[in-house]
Amino acid sequence: MNNKYEVVIGLEVHVELKTATKIFCGCKTTFGGDPNTHVCPICLGLPGVLPVVNEKVVEYGVRTGLAINAKVPNYSKFDRKNYYYPDLTKNFQTSQFDLPICENGYLDIEVDGVVKRIGITRAHMEEDAGKLVHSGKTISSSNSSNVDYNRVGVPLLEIVSEPDIRSSEEAKAYVEALKMILTYIDVSDCKMEEGSIRADANVSIRLIGAKEFGTRTETKNLNSLKALQKAIEYEVERQTEVIEDGGVIEQETRTWDDEQGITLSMRSKADAHDYRYFPEPDLPPIILTDEYIDNIRRLLPELPEARKKRLIEMDSLSVYDANLVIAEKFLADFYDEVRKSIDDPKLIVNYLMGDYYRELVAVGLDFSSSPVSTKDFSELLKLLQEKTISGKIAKEIIPLMVKDGKSPKVIVEEKGLVQISDTGAIEAIIAEVVAANPKAVDDYKNGKGNSIGFLVGQVMKASKGKANPGIVNELLKSVLDK
Amino acid sequence: MGKIKDIHNQLLNKEISAVELIKEYLANLKVSENKLGTYLAITEEKAIADALAIDKKISNGESIGLLAGIPMGIKDNISTKGIITTCGSKILENYKPVYNATVVNKLYHEGGIILGKCNMDEFAMGSSSENSAYKLVRNPWDIDRVPGGSSGGSAATVGAEEVVFSLGSDTGGSIRQPAGFCGVAGMKPTYGRVSRYGLIAYASSLDQIGPIAKNVEDCAIVHDIISGYDKMDSTSANMPSTKSLDNINRDIKGLRIGVPKEYFGGDEKVLKTLKKALAKFEEMGAIVEETSLPHTEYALPAYYIIASAEASSNLARFDGVRYGARDFDQNDVTDMMSVTRDKFFGKEVKKRIMIGTYALSAGYYDAYYLKALKVRTLLKRDFDEAFKKYDVLITPVAPTLPFKIGENIKDSITMYLGDICTVTINLVGIPGIAIPCGFADGLPVGMQILGKPFSEELLFNVAHRFEQNNDFHLRKPEVK
Ligand SMILES: [Zn+2]
Repeated sequence: MNNKYEVVIGLEVHVELKTATKIFCGCKTTFGGDPNTHVCPICLGLPGVLPVVNEKVVEYGVRTGLAINAKVPNYSKFDRKNYYYPDLTKNFQTSQFDLPICENGYLDIEVDGVVKRIGITRAHMEEDAGKLVHSGKTISSSNSSNVDYNRVGVPLLEIVSEPDIRSSEEAKAYVEALKMILTYIDVSDCKMEEGSIRADANVSIRLIGAKEFGTRTETKNLNSLKALQKAIEYEVERQTEVIEDGGVIEQETRTWDDEQGITLSMRSKADAHDYRYFPEPDLPPIILTDEYIDNIRRLLPELPEARKKRLIEMDSLSVYDANLVIAEKFLADFYDEVRKSIDDPKLIVNYLMGDYYRELVAVGLDFSSSPVSTKDFSELLKLLQEKTISGKIAKEIIPLMVKDGKSPKVIVEEKGLVQISDTGAIEAIIAEVVAANPKAVDDYKNGKGNSIGFLVGQVMKASKGKANPGIVNELLKSVLDK
Repeated sequence: MGKIKDIHNQLLNKEISAVELIKEYLANLKVSENKLGTYLAITEEKAIADALAIDKKISNGESIGLLAGIPMGIKDNISTKGIITTCGSKILENYKPVYNATVVNKLYHEGGIILGKCNMDEFAMGSSSENSAYKLVRNPWDIDRVPGGSSGGSAATVGAEEVVFSLGSDTGGSIRQPAGFCGVAGMKPTYGRVSRYGLIAYASSLDQIGPIAKNVEDCAIVHDIISGYDKMDSTSANMPSTKSLDNINRDIKGLRIGVPKEYFGGDEKVLKTLKKALAKFEEMGAIVEETSLPHTEYALPAYYIIASAEASSNLARFDGVRYGARDFDQNDVTDMMSVTRDKFFGKEVKKRIMIGTYALSAGYYDAYYLKALKVRTLLKRDFDEAFKKYDVLITPVAPTLPFKIGENIKDSITMYLGDICTVTINLVGIPGIAIPCGFADGLPVGMQILGKPFSEELLFNVAHRFEQNNDFHLRKPEVK
């Protein structure tokens, strides 16, 4: 990129809330299902139906507001956003216009070790639309289109940032930070591949030092972090080129074409919709008491930043390790649970992120889909701490735990993997090994110290790996040095 | 013509069977309907099946509801499962709902027997029922005159005694004005008193469903049944249903009646009849005083802006994509939607959609919609003040007698001015009942009794006492 220019980015992130039912009716929000099976007269907008607000949606909206440091006003309301499109069942979307559920928040993000605060203008509740399924590859090459209304009425929260973001990396970091918080407070799964979180990017450029913003474009429906970054980078390059060629940026809505890796003009400002917002007359205003809001605040779980701080300060984890642990709420909770019975934070992290994580990756699982319970994981670490098993045996046990979800104790017993720490038993093996390897014994006595390694190896082999290596070393030395 | 309680007793005493009763009503209705155009669908088969079920219950000694076997008409903008519900519009021609409105379920639960769907102005937009896309409704007192609207079919069918009662909907007078024109009793309940779930919305913040009956007692019985909180309607008031029947006979001595002068600017014949009625109230011991509702003149424009704005959004869903009529000659969905709407919506509906779209557009919102909302607040204050001094307010239902068919249809302003006595009540959200208070030139004159929010029981009481001292409700039109 031409470094004369500064990039200005604002993001609108649409988050699907994980309520069991839709925002205005009792239909399930489950992803998938045959077309038009999660529908009822209300979400189909049949003549005469009325919406009833799902209280969970309001609760999740408030929870999100508090987690992103926003103000939650006592009074907010729904409005109708009017436009015609067949993926809507009423030809308006019930959304929030001038009085959203929360306003004026922020998030801190970290890029290359630098912490930056990104302002959040507002977050508002709204209903999702349906899905058009075209017979051809594109709408223009299709003879017909069908529409699936399963998604209509799935609750969304649109979170609008201030134009505080200055690079595609910051944009990515912002969405990642937001995802982390939303999963921590358990309001969304944030599965980009299922479309439960998607972003629109407002991008403009201006000469470094300029006070005014440049004209921005809005690129819609970025449903992966990669698409988000690439679309921003493409827009910056495109806008730079236009300006460098003496052109002007048109204020317009663009769409990201993932296949071609470019943004395409969708509609110009002149064609922009006049949404004719007005207060939703079928829904009374949302009035939230301070008590209600405080109650949600009280029940807010520990947020990622606070958790990270605790792990560093109380558990003496490195920043690197702490970041690894908090990256996923499931993992962080797993760690905390194991930590209750294992008083060695470093040991926990080493095994979690080491042998255990490697095994999960190898079999195509992740932390949350693994059958290993915190109880079994703790037991494994306890066996290690008590020296009942060696690290080497742990390595053998972990895949079996992941495979069958069996407890490590059971595996150890079934396979006879208990480490031999009985000096008598080990001495007997050593005597055999020493007798069978006179050359190595001589080498050792002639000052070739490294031949002890060979002998240790032979003892371990003879014990099928179960001898405690520390004790073997010690006893062997004393035998040879006699 | 029977009253609900009388029919109920006759059925219980086995003086008549429900099937006999319904067959008799249906036979009469089919003849009468031909002249009056009151129905868009007649549900003969269902009616007879339902009547059979009632008779079976009676012969088995099972208990029956108060409405069991009672023939009723339902306005065609109220959703009835499996029964065509068109809103008087071509865009919903042949549309069969998959669910019942809450009020319909309540009436069915009490045993009410639907004879058909009542004709109306398309999407309840109109004051004469001439905007029905299917056919005219005629006034039973003079078939060359309109029955009023938009619930013209619901009022005329009761007036002509084709059914015992009907349901209408009232957005700016659509129950009261036709009730007045047809000489029957019609209640527009407090906003939120009766569930709107299943009422195909014209203007959501103004619409209310209400009963129409030949006499106040029957009207009260139906109101008591259909009112009450409904969790399916977020705007419904969290209150139990009314118990109007228990209070209907209370003495009204000392009742303070306010007469707002702004409502008395109409036809001399109407005013004279009203004044006679007010004198009757004084005779009955009420205190009648003139009062003022100073912001009345702004109500009509505010009403047409708010109602049209909401309508422009409520009616957006009729686009040919999912149900109802569709124009099949278009190549893409945008054209299909726009041609469908152009072709199958009537003129008045399109006019109001355009007015409403304009009023909500960027740059006009503040000047129109927001200003109309402010007027609404001022009007509410007018009434709050008045109800500090008076228990009820009494006005004419309409400034004129029922007008001739075709007389006003070409002139929207005259037509809209006819709503001057009724629209304010919807903007303010209070209840109002219309009952006949006399006749002029052989045509009924309607009186409107207004009360504070949720004062329906008092209104039924006052209206009933008046009715007991007159015989207007006993007259029957000779349809010719
Ligand atoms: Zn639904």
